[in-house]
This record gives sequence, C-alpha cells and structure tokens, in this order.
Amino acid sequence: MTRTLITGNAAAAWGARLAGAEYVPAFPITPQTEIIETLAGWIDAGEMECRLVTLESEHSMITAAGAAASTGVRVFSATSSQGLLYGMEMVYAVPGYRAPFVLVNVSRGVQTPVTLEPDHNDVLAARDSGFLQLHCATCQEVLDSTLIAYRLAEDHRVRLPALVNLDGFYLSFTREPVEIPDRAAVEGFLPPYDPETTRFHAGEPVSQGVVVLGGAYYSYFRYEQHLAAQRALEVYDEVAAEFAQQFGRSYDAVETYRSEDAEIVFFMIGSFSTKAKDAVDRLREAGQAVGLVRPRLLRPYPAEALRRALDGKKGVAVIDQNLSMGMGGVLHGELAGALYGRAGMPSVLASFIGGLGGRDIAAEEFYEMAAVTRRACREGSTPPPRLLYTADELRQMRKLQAVAHAERMEGKQ
Amino acid sequence: MSDETITLYKHMKDLPSNRLLGTGTPMCAGCGGLLAIHQAYDILGEKTVFVNAAGCMTLLAVYPYTPFRGSWLYTSMASAPAGAQGVRDALDIQLARGRIKPEEDLQVVVLTGDGAAYGMGMSSTSSAIEHGLDFIYLCYDNEGYANTGQQSSPATPHGARTSTSTGPQGFGGHKKDLFAIWAAHRPAYVATVIATEPVDLARKIEKAKGLKGSRLIIALSPCPTGWDFDPRETVEIGRLAVKTGMWPLKEYENGKVTHTRVPPKRAPVEEYLEKQGRFAHLFHPRRNEAMLAEIQARVDDYWAGVEADHG
Repeated sequence: MTRTLITGNAAAAWGARLAGAEYVPAFPITPQTEIIETLAGWIDAGEMECRLVTLESEHSMITAAGAAASTGVRVFSATSSQGLLYGMEMVYAVPGYRAPFVLVNVSRGVQTPVTLEPDHNDVLAARDSGFLQLHCATCQEVLDSTLIAYRLAEDHRVRLPALVNLDGFYLSFTREPVEIPDRAAVEGFLPPYDPETTRFHAGEPVSQGVVVLGGAYYSYFRYEQHLAAQRALEVYDEVAAEFAQQFGRSYDAVETYRSEDAEIVFFMIGSFSTKAKDAVDRLREAGQAVGLVRPRLLRPYPAEALRRALDGKKGVAVIDQNLSMGMGGVLHGELAGALYGRAGMPSVLASFIGGLGGRDIAAEEFYEMAAVTRRACREGSTPPPRLLYTADELRQMRKLQAVAHAERMEGKQ
Repeated sequence: MSDETITLYKHMKDLPSNRLLGTGTPMCAGCGGLLAIHQAYDILGEKTVFVNAAGCMTLLAVYPYTPFRGSWLYTSMASAPAGAQGVRDALDIQLARGRIKPEEDLQVVVLTGDGAAYGMGMSSTSSAIEHGLDFIYLCYDNEGYANTGQQSSPATPHGARTSTSTGPQGFGGHKKDLFAIWAAHRPAYVATVIATEPVDLARKIEKAKGLKGSRLIIALSPCPTGWDFDPRETVEIGRLAVKTGMWPLKEYENGKVTHTRVPPKRAPVEEYLEKQGRFAHLFHPRRNEAMLAEIQARVDDYWAGVEADHG
C-alpha cells in the first residue's frame, strides 16, 4: 500500500479524476482554488480527459453543472462559502433536475465580517436544498467520499446531486498521507455515468425544470425528491459496504469512536472531530467514559443510526461550528428532533458553539465541555447553550476595539 | 442583408408553413413575442433545445404539456446562457466520444425576455460569448417585466408608462442599447428582428442557423397587455415600430453593422406612440410637445448617424 502526502484539496481533485469526471464548470474562490488548478493542470498535461470551463460566477457554474448532467455527462465542480451562497438559487434548483453530479464545498465562514477561515454556516445553508451531504474529517476521506458520492448520487433509487464537504485550511491545505487507488479499481466500483431517461439529444425530446400549476402537483415532485433523499440512507450503507470490501476502508454513515461504553459523547462533524478524538483519548486515560459520534452523512439525516449510536448514553455535548442567529447550533436542533420522545435516549443534549471562522477548539475546551455535560447529567438539567470564547480572546478583542476607537477619535480631530 | 446571400426566403410565399410550435399556450392574445418564436421555430426546427430564463415564456412548458417538438430546459432568470454552456459542452463531449451520433446533435437556443437579456442575465451572456459558445440567443423584448405586470426594465423606452413609472413623464430612463453591448463582444452574429417583418426575420434566423459561434437576436415584441393596446393592433404597431424608425432592423457580422430595412421616408414617431396606452399621457389631456420632440429627435439622430456611416 503506497500512500502519498497530499492536501485535502488535492484529494478532492484526485476523487474527480479517478471518478472519470468529464466536465468541470469552475469558478475560483479561496480556499477551493487548488482543486480546480490541479484539475486544469492534469487536463492541460493530457493526463485527464475532461473539459474544464471557467464560468463568470458560481450561479452560472452550478447552472452549467446541472445542465451538463442533464445532457448526459459526469460532472464535477467545487466551491466555497460566498461562492456557494452566490450560487444558492441554483443549489436549490438543480436537485429537481434529478441529474446527479458531485459538488465539493471547502467550508469557509460567511460574511459579515469577511473571513477566509472555516466553519459550517456555508454548507448548512444548502441543508434543505436536495443536495446530499457528506462531511469529511481527513484527506483520505475526502478522496474516498468523492467516489462514494458519485455512486450514491447516480444510483437509480436516488438521482440527486451530492455535496462533499471539507474544512478550509484545516483539511484543504493540510497534507496527509493518502492512498490513491488506481483507476481500474475505481472503475470496478463506479461504472460509467448512466443518464437514464434524462438526456438531451435529437429524437427523444425532454422538458426539464418545467412549471407546475397547483400545490398538489408541486408537492408531489417535492415529496419525490425527499423520498429519494431518504432512500439514499440504505443505498449509502450498500455503497459504503462495497467500498470497504473493495478498498479496505470503512465509512459508516455515522462514525463512532470509543463510544460503545461511553456515558458522555461529543457530537460534531468535519475535521475538528479529529481534535475531539484526541480529547477522548486523554479523557479515557483519566478514567472518564467519553466517546465521539460523528455523522458523515448529514443529508439524508441518519436518524436511526444516530439513535443506535446514542442509545443508553447519559449526555451529549453537541459542538456546532455554525450559528443560526437567534436560535443557536443547527446540529443541536436537528439531533434533538431525532432523539426527542424516544426511549433510551440521552436526557441531556448540551449545546456548544465553537470553531467559527477558523477559531480553534482547544483540548481544554473539550475537557470543559465534557465536564459541563457530565455535571448536567448529574443535576438532571440541560445547561444553556455556550458560545466558546476565552478570557484571553476577549482581551485581544478589547485591544483591537481600543485601537479602533483611538483611530476614530483621531479622525474626528 | 448583402445581395450575395443565398436565402430560401425572398417573399412571404417562401416562408415555411410547417407550424412546428403547438397551439393552446397560455400567452396573451396578440403576443408579439410568441409570434416571433413561432416564426423562428419553423426555421430552427425540432432538433433544438430551448434553454429558458424566468419570464412570460417560462409558462410555455407547464407540466405535462409543451408546445415544442424538441427539448426544453428551464434554468433561472440570470443563468440561461450558462445552462446553454453546460448543454453544449456536454453534447460536444459525447459527440467526441462517440456516445451520440452527429444526427442526434441539437441546436442550443437560449430564450429569454428583456428582463433577463438586458439586465440580470447580462453577465452570463457576456461569459458565453467570451467562450465563443456555439448557441443562438433569442430575446423577446417586450420592453418591461411583462410577466409580472409590466414594471420598468432596462429595455423600457423613455417616457413609457409602466406599473412602476406612473407619473406624468413616464419612465425616466432610456432603453439600453443591447445590440451594441452584444456586438461589442464581437460574436459571430447579432440581429434585431420583429415578427411583423417575417421575411426579414426568417432570413436572419436562417443566417444564424447556418453560422457557428454565438448568434444573438433581439425580437421587439409588441405586448398588448403591457403596452396597453387591443390585441388586433399587434401587427400594425410592429410595422409602425419599423416605419417610424423606432426599431431599426439590422445585423452585425464580421465587425460590421448593416441595416436590413431602411425606411425610405420615416413616419413621425407619434404615429407609433399614439396607438399605445403606455404613451397616452403624451397626448392627453394635452400634448406633451417637449417629450414628443425629444423622442423624435433621438430617432432622427440615430438615423442621421446611420446615413453618415453609409455615406
């Protein structure tokens, strides 16, 4: 087994290359650019038979992706943050074409203020769009999830586009040893794209994306998309099992780490979960029964698998790297919805917001979250949501505010 | 149009009578846009995929019906040209790999109103032309956001009353020169047409069909509901748009603009304006001489420039 040291972005590009993506509508945005530059380099060097076209916006890019998939080719694209938001009209529109393709999102916090560093508010804005969502924690997982995403999205029971998410900087620019499978092996796992009946060509006219008049007709098509997304749960299990058999790497819809006998578990998505794993190991060394539960699949929502993973646990520390203003953490609300009213489920779901805009979550903070959750379990009351922020961070912020104030005063004189 | 052009369409009797576009669409009676599409479709034929942006014509394809014998893809208001890019590229990829036969290929036709063409969709159109995208763009220009009740758009003419310009002076802006904007990109072909000049329209669609690259056509589309006139006046108003010089019929090719119908003696613009309720405030309760003169002067200036160019 040879492993190569590559970034998360390169891993995403390798995923597209090995999947035999034939068409890449593109638009550059930090921290995604390395993906399209890598693909463009391979295409120009004749190493990848593919057409890459730079559109003038992500809105156009996602339109072209949906249109090309509807015409019968395997499509790959990638974006991030503002780009995903700029294309959001089409992110919601193209799943209804039922023409699958894969879109990689390199997570980055959304404005305002402007940042280049990651959190999950961008990708969660696409939560209700009809795109399937796979969330990655390592560079290897980025490559493998891209391949799995094609199989899943193209399955005739599903036929929806899929979004593969990796965190900007922490994964996009981090080099990890990655096993790059050979093309022949991938072809065994992922057959050529079958456009089924959705394909523009002379002789068999197709109308795509048309109007319906009336809520009942509208509802029918929307329910169809929802049911297809739900079917993707069982299809995912099949596809992941086949992937494990062929490549020896397992990707359950919900990853559990030392959680079988845990009383308290961390619950989160993305690359910061590797920090949580490290904290779990330390807490275990200190004699605490702590584990991690990480959904890889966020859409469809693996509610049943999560209930199995959390059955019998005392408390869950839900760590959201996103913030729904005026509500709190999105993952927390969704998990509560999946667990509420079911026997055997943890009685405490403590909510923590952290890791916004690339802010680190320190080991001590994981220990503290575990302690807060444990205390809540003992006292039998759910603590109020916590926004992670240290006294030192506040001191640094106050310094900047003092500078800003001084600058403003100077300007007035 | 240059004399050496070989055309099937010299007279009205030469026009196709195949009537490819189905009937029973929900368009308004007397719709000048539908008339242009109907004429263009007869020449383009059924080996087409229409890529549509939000507008009146979005209601042509309502599940489970379509008046088209070929294909249709609705995208969004801003990105129909990007949809055309995706379809064209995917067809080319499959042609190159032998997955579809040349006879299965399609002509990709973007179909949008002026709201998309003159405004929201301009960025994606510019991108498509810059890529040299092989497609036809057909804009039905009814000079307002007609599908939502004729609010002012970037194509609305100066002085017209719209549902968002209801004051005594009407719309204060000036109709954007989309022909010039498109031509500045140096695409393969740009033309203006109107359905009430069907031979001119047919020859331009025929020419566009025979060319490769980006070919863009603006069809002025008299709109009974938006412009406020009786549906039976559509043809007369269309003819007057040309006779008065308000809607110059022209084409751009190889860096050169040619006028295909130069009205020998232009009728006064008020003959065109007075037939439409959207300009009624220029005549009643009293004539707005200043604005009528201003509109006439702009048209005269335009044609003076044309005559100077043509020597």
